[in-house]
Parts: sequence; structure tokens; C-alpha cells
Amino acid sequence: MTARGVLVFGIVDDGQLRPATAELIGAGKALADDGAGPLTVALLGAVTDAHGEAVDRAGVEEILLVSSPEPSFEAHVAEAALAALIESRRPSVVLAGHTVDSLGFAPALAARAGLGFATDVSGIGWGEDGASARRGAYAERLTAELDFPGRETVLLLLREGAFEPATAAGSAPVSRLDLDLAGAARTELVERRTPPAGDVDITTADFLLSIGRGVEDEEQVAKLEEIAAKIGATLSVSRPLVDAGWVPSDRQVGQSGRTVAPKVYLALGISGAVQHLAGISAAKTIIAVNSDPDAPIFAAAHYGAVADLFEVATELQQQLG
Amino acid sequence: MKVLVPVKSVAQIDGEPLLDGAAEVSPDLLEWRLNEWDEFALEAALRLVEGDGGEVVVVTVGQEEAEEGLLACLAKGADRAVRIWDPALAGADPLAVAGLLARLATEEQPDLILGGVQSSDSGNAATAVALAGLLDLPRVAVVAGIELDGDQLTVERELDGGAIEVLRLRTPALLTVQTGINEPRYATLRAIKQAKAKPLATLGPAELGTDAAAALALAGSRTVALAMPERGEGATMIDGPPSAIAGRIAEIVTAEVGS
Ligand SMILES: Cc1cc2nc3c(=O)[nH]c(=O)nc-3n(C[C@H](O)[C@H](O)[C@H](O)COP(=O)(O)OP(=O)(O)OC[C@H]3O[C@@H](n4cnc5c(N)ncnc54)[C@H](O)[C@@H]3O)c2cc1C
Ligand SMILES: Nc1ncnc2c1ncn2[C@@H]1O[C@H](COP(=O)(O)O)[C@@H](O)[C@H]1O
Repeated sequence: MTARGVLVFGIVDDGQLRPATAELIGAGKALADDGAGPLTVALLGAVTDAHGEAVDRAGVEEILLVSSPEPSFEAHVAEAALAALIESRRPSVVLAGHTVDSLGFAPALAARAGLGFATDVSGIGWGEDGASARRGAYAERLTAELDFPGRETVLLLLREGAFEPATAAGSAPVSRLDLDLAGAARTELVERRTPPAGDVDITTADFLLSIGRGVEDEEQVAKLEEIAAKIGATLSVSRPLVDAGWVPSDRQVGQSGRTVAPKVYLALGISGAVQHLAGISAAKTIIAVNSDPDAPIFAAAHYGAVADLFEVATELQQQLG
Repeated sequence: MKVLVPVKSVAQIDGEPLLDGAAEVSPDLLEWRLNEWDEFALEAALRLVEGDGGEVVVVTVGQEEAEEGLLACLAKGADRAVRIWDPALAGADPLAVAGLLARLATEEQPDLILGGVQSSDSGNAATAVALAGLLDLPRVAVVAGIELDGDQLTVERELDGGAIEVLRLRTPALLTVQTGINEPRYATLRAIKQAKAKPLATLGPAELGTDAAAALALAGSRTVALAMPERGEGATMIDGPPSAIAGRIAEIVTAEVGS
């Protein structure tokens, strides 16, 4: 397999570069070290020289700044920009983040341009047959090893937090690349809204008792909230309880909720989906109680118990209340 | 107005899979249900059509077990269902599935396509947006609100941390629908019985002008092997009856947080 290099595609949105871009560079450097060819970083958005400096890490050979006609991320503009980059550079591997932004353009580009493609990738490799990737299967109960036979370029969306960020400073040349992106946008931005602040701030709590879909019905939520209060914990939840309208969104932990950093995170009846785990990586001690011994949360937790959440909660109330 | 809703029957493993380097799980161990996200997409489609009139068509690329999911959609109010299948398509990746869906969509010419953000078993979050790419449709992924006025869509795109971006675009378009956007309805017993009388077509690749090999050639990846995940260090497990588990948790909490 000819090694034509690795391209990291980073997005600058409203002036901000996503912190996980350093992880993409770390992963790209590992591929380059394994023989995939030189590592290039391209940034799209309202890019400044400071953004270029921020991605100048050891192992990066070239940095390209691509100005977008839109001040904030627009999916069709991103698709056109990455299509043009791939067309002109023909890299062997393109790395981008598995983010809500990427979900709006990467699959469309992959289908249209006939790329090798995988999303939510947590492991990558480069060998004689080109790129390989690892991702979850069957709701994370298994992992799947993928390859990309016959694909000249492989686009991989990497799971945030799964790769070591590149930290050592580099000295790559930075240049601006003019791409004709005028007219590429197909959506018009009306406004952005930040979530309203709620009555409770779960982000500063030391002890979170967090409940998930395992509670099954709304009546149980009030009971568990009472137990939380008695044992000195603040109640937080996984997304389905907010979706169902049982609990206000300021209690939601995860990618689309809050990022929390308690001393103890006690998860009851939460399976441990990646978007939930994204919110608890800063928790000091994670304890998971789940009736399913194969629940993925046990891989992320420090302590686990296979048990009925109600029985454990009731006992906890007696012992800590 | 016609809304096309691609839906997936997702598989859950019930039992211990024997892998040994296999790229598939034995079908005997799989249980099927309709993808959670697709329930919200269907509900959004039904509400749009109830407001403006028109038709909701659900389509799946899936084996026979997927018919149950289609019947559930028909019972909830979808007008027609289409199942696309060929045994050779087992293991088709999102791009291959999108290629088949694109052929059907080209015949159906919907005004709007509403998919789910992702499927709960494979979590690709790819198939619907790949379909938009093949059809060259404007699209928005991870949508938490939809308003339609003529051919103008105003949608809420969900960003990280609960932030929202309000976007305008024109139909025909494709959206991927996020959970919580609405409250999916339940079908009545009567509707469940009547669903069997609604049109449910089964098409092979040939009826869409292609064949399984050509459809699979669009795949962006190949699954070489499945394995049990490396669990890292994993959790220290607390055994015993609930009282003992609670006792140990209480100790940890007291040590970490103070009493
Ligand atoms: C873009 C995007 C953003 C998202 N953002 C978030 C987010 O911010 N936060 C979030 O949480 N999710 C988020 N999700 C959803 C996420 O993918 C999962 O669907 C969700 O986290 C599942 O919640 P859960 O674990 O409570 O439910 P489930 O996955 O249904 O798990 C319920 C668990 O309860 C266990 N259980 C059942 N009964 C009992 C019992 N009696 N005792 C003990 N255990 C029991 C079951 O074994 C199971 O493991 C997001 C998804 C997407 C696509
Ligand atoms: N086999 C399939 N048949 C029809 N639609 C599908 C299929 N697989 C995925 N989809 C659609 O694509 C969305 C995202 O699924 P995925 O890309 O598998 O995460 C789903 O919510 C469905 O709307």
C-alpha cells in the first residue's frame, strides 16, 4: 500500500479550536511513524496564525489554514473544503473527530467520494495493507476490527478521549490555502442558544447519585431523589430521563449535558454509552451498580456491583442516611 | 408532502457469543427491536404529515426479522413500508446501505427524509447523512426541533453541552433526528391489527436496478473480526447481597467525600 500521508482535519468554530485536535495529531503521528507518510494538519474556519501555532506539534510536517466564508461551522462548507483537500493531496488517511459537527458532513463526503470510512473509531493502525481501525459493535459489547480494501483514501472519525494527545512542540511551516468555498453553504444560521442555567449545579457537587433508564418509571425518580438527599448526594441523570420529561435538563450528565467532576459518581442503572461517559471522565471515583454484568459502564468504573439498583439504594439510605 | 423515514432494526446479543475470529455473531443469539432514534424520527414525520397532509413511507434494509419493526411503524401511522433485502447484504456497512436507500429515494422522490442520529447497536451515526450525500440533499445532523413552512425548514441542531443552533434550509432535505425531540406515540391494539393490511413491499437489489455485489462494492469498510473488548483494568467488583454492596459503597463515600 503506497503511503501518501496522513491529513488531520480540524475545525475552528467561532474562533475556537476543539481541544481534541491534539488527540487527532497524536493519532496521526502514530500512523506516520508506522509508515503512512507525512503528517499534515489542515484547519478550517475563521483561522488565525494563533490557531496554526496551536497545532504545531512535533511530527507535523505542514500546516494549512483554510478560511471559511462562514464565521461558524457549516456542514456543507466543511464537506466542500475536505473534498477539495482530499482531491488535491490524495492522502492515505484522513483523521477528524467523531463530533456532532463531523456527523453532518463526513458520511456524505465518504459516500460521494468513495472513501474508506469508519466512525467512532477507538483504535487505528497502519500496515502492509494500509489502514485498519477498531470500533465498538453490538452496543459496545464487542469490538470490530475493520479494514478498507481497495480504498485510496480512508476517512476515520476518532472517538474523543481515546487517543494520546500530541504535546511536544514542533516547527512545521504554516501556509494559507485558498479554496473556493463561496456558495457552498446550504444552511443559514439564525442564532445560537446556550442552555438555560437551572436551579441545581451538578458540576460543583462532590457526591452525585446518578440514575439512568434502569429506574424504568417516573415515580421511582422522586424516591431516588429523596434517597439522594438523605445520603448527602445530589441527583443527576442520564439523557433518557430528560428526554422523557421526568427530570429537567440541568441534571443531565454527558456530551449533550453537563461535564461533572465529583469525588464520587454513583451510577445506578446507567449502561455507560460513550456520550454519557464523556461527561464523567473527571470524576475521581466512579461506582456503578447495574443488573447486567456486561454493561459497558463496568469498563469505565473504579468499583462495580452487579445488583438491582433499588435494593442497593434502599440499603444505602439505611446505612448512610 | 411525502416524508421518507429510513429505519433500522437493531440487534441485541442475548447470550455468550462464541467468536474465535468470526466477523459475525450467530443469528440465534440476536434479539431485534426498532432503533430508539428511529422512533423519534417516525413520530416527527407523522406529526408533519398530520399537519400538512401527505404520506409517510418507512424503509429498511434488513432481513426478515426487520418486518416486525416495519409493522410497528405502520401501526403507529406510517402509510407504507418497504423492506430491501438480499441474503448477501448481511454485514453491509453504512455506505452500502445508504447506496440502496438512495436508489429507493430516487424512485420515491420524498420532500423530506427523516433518519435517526444513530443506531443503538452499531452507533455509526453515518447511514442517513451518507444517503444525503448520495442524493446531494442539504442536511442537518442531530436535530432537536423541526418547523416546516412551505418549503422552508427551521431546525434546531443540538451542539455539545445542550447548546442549540437554529438553522434554515429548504426542502427537499434530510435531517437526522435526536431523541427527546417529541414523545413517540404508542400504537393502539386495533392499529396493530390493522397494520397487517397496510402495504409492505419487499424488494431485492434487482428491483432497484442493481445487484448485491454492486451494492456491497460501495461499502466503506469491511469487518475482519469481532472480539471481546479489552476491559482495561476494569472495575473492582463488589460481591455479596445488597446490604454488603451498600456497606462497601458507604465506606468508599465516607472515605472520599467525608460523612
Ligand atoms: C449526539 C448524542 C449525544 C448524547 N448525549 C448524551 C448525554 O449527554 N448523556 C447521556 O446520558 N446520554 C447521551 N446520549 C444517549 C446515549 O447514547 C445513551 O442512549 C444513553 O446514555 C443511555 O442512557 P442509560 O444508560 O440510562 O439507558 P440504557 O442504555 O437503556 O441503560 C439502562 C441500564 O440500566 C440497567 N438496569 C435496568 N434495570 C436495572 C435495575 N433494576 N437495577 C440495576 N440496573 C438496571 C440495564 O442493565 C442497562 O445497562 C447521547 C446520544 C447522542 C447520539
Ligand atoms: N439498515 C438500515 N435500513 C434503513 N435505515 C437505516 C439502516 N441503517 C441505518 N439506517 C438509518 O440511519 C440512521 C443512523 O444509523 P447508523 O448509521 O447505523 O448509526 C438510523 O437511525 C436510520 O435512520
